Amino acid sequence: MSYDLVLRVGTKLILPFILLFALYVQFHGDYGPGGGFQAGVIAASMVILLAITCGLDLAHRIAPQAMVQRMVPLGVLIYAGTGVAGILMGKNYLDYSVLAQNSASGHELGIFLVEAGVLITVAGTMTSLFYAFVERGR
Amino acid sequence: MTIAIVRQRSLFGVVILASIYSFLMASVLIVLDAVDVAMTEASVGAGVSTVLLLATLHLVKTTEMNQVRPHLLPLFVSLGTGAVLVWGTLVLPPFGTPDAAIHKHVAPRYLADSIKETNVPNVVTSVLADYRGYDTLGETTVIFTAGIGVMLLLRKARRRNRRDDAETSQ
Repeated sequence: MSYDLVLRVGTKLILPFILLFALYVQFHGDYGPGGGFQAGVIAASMVILLAITCGLDLAHRIAPQAMVQRMVPLGVLIYAGTGVAGILMGKNYLDYSVLAQNSASGHELGIFLVEAGVLITVAGTMTSLFYAFVERGR
Repeated sequence: MTIAIVRQRSLFGVVILASIYSFLMASVLIVLDAVDVAMTEASVGAGVSTVLLLATLHLVKTTEMNQVRPHLLPLFVSLGTGAVLVWGTLVLPPFGTPDAAIHKHVAPRYLADSIKETNVPNVVTSVLADYRGYDTLGETTVIFTAGIGVMLLLRKARRRNRRDDAETSQ
């Protein structure tokens, strides 16, 4: 199966910018619209676009299936683990104020960690769902 | 557009129409100043779910089977549900009322104290990830569970096929 040259080159040109936009949405979520969920979907769409235009093998090379599948529980663990940190420090579950010196920056760090967990789970889930469908269709 | 989706026999057309619908909904949400939700709708509704539906069409046939007889019960159920929902909105305060009950409960405190308490200027993010952290943990777990479920479903069938192949070849 051969792929269209224009599509392939065009896709490769915009791929880094899609990933950059995903990271922007992730890390700028504190200041503007966006957050872990949206960023995860955008990052997953980059892998899906690559798989559609350049073939599944290339997509597997930049996002190996084993890694993507491990990302699914890893994100939930990061989120839940951030909550457990609150318990270990003698506060309530998901109380972020213990994570740093003062309460506000603790909350900031907690939101960052939690959003990172959401990003990892969503990106992993979307990508591995796409992989699962495509593998089934082979 | 809904009628077009219902009347359409080609599932490919249905998927594309649903994707366009999602994109229009995202535009509506931007007009309503719900940029976070609009972004989610555009990326998930118009983007990834379209790709996943197209991938499903890759597995099944792309034309809908002819209906044996028209099903009236689902039509009545959906019309009834819609009527109940519209009836429920009749007692809600008008759209944009500043003194509605929902704007007086915890929202003023979030808006006033969010930056002081969390250093995060985007209140949507601080409410989602901090004040409503349990909800978002639940949502993440839902995504995790749904993803694992679909993956197991698709993979199990594949293994069984392979075993069948092995048995037939022996």
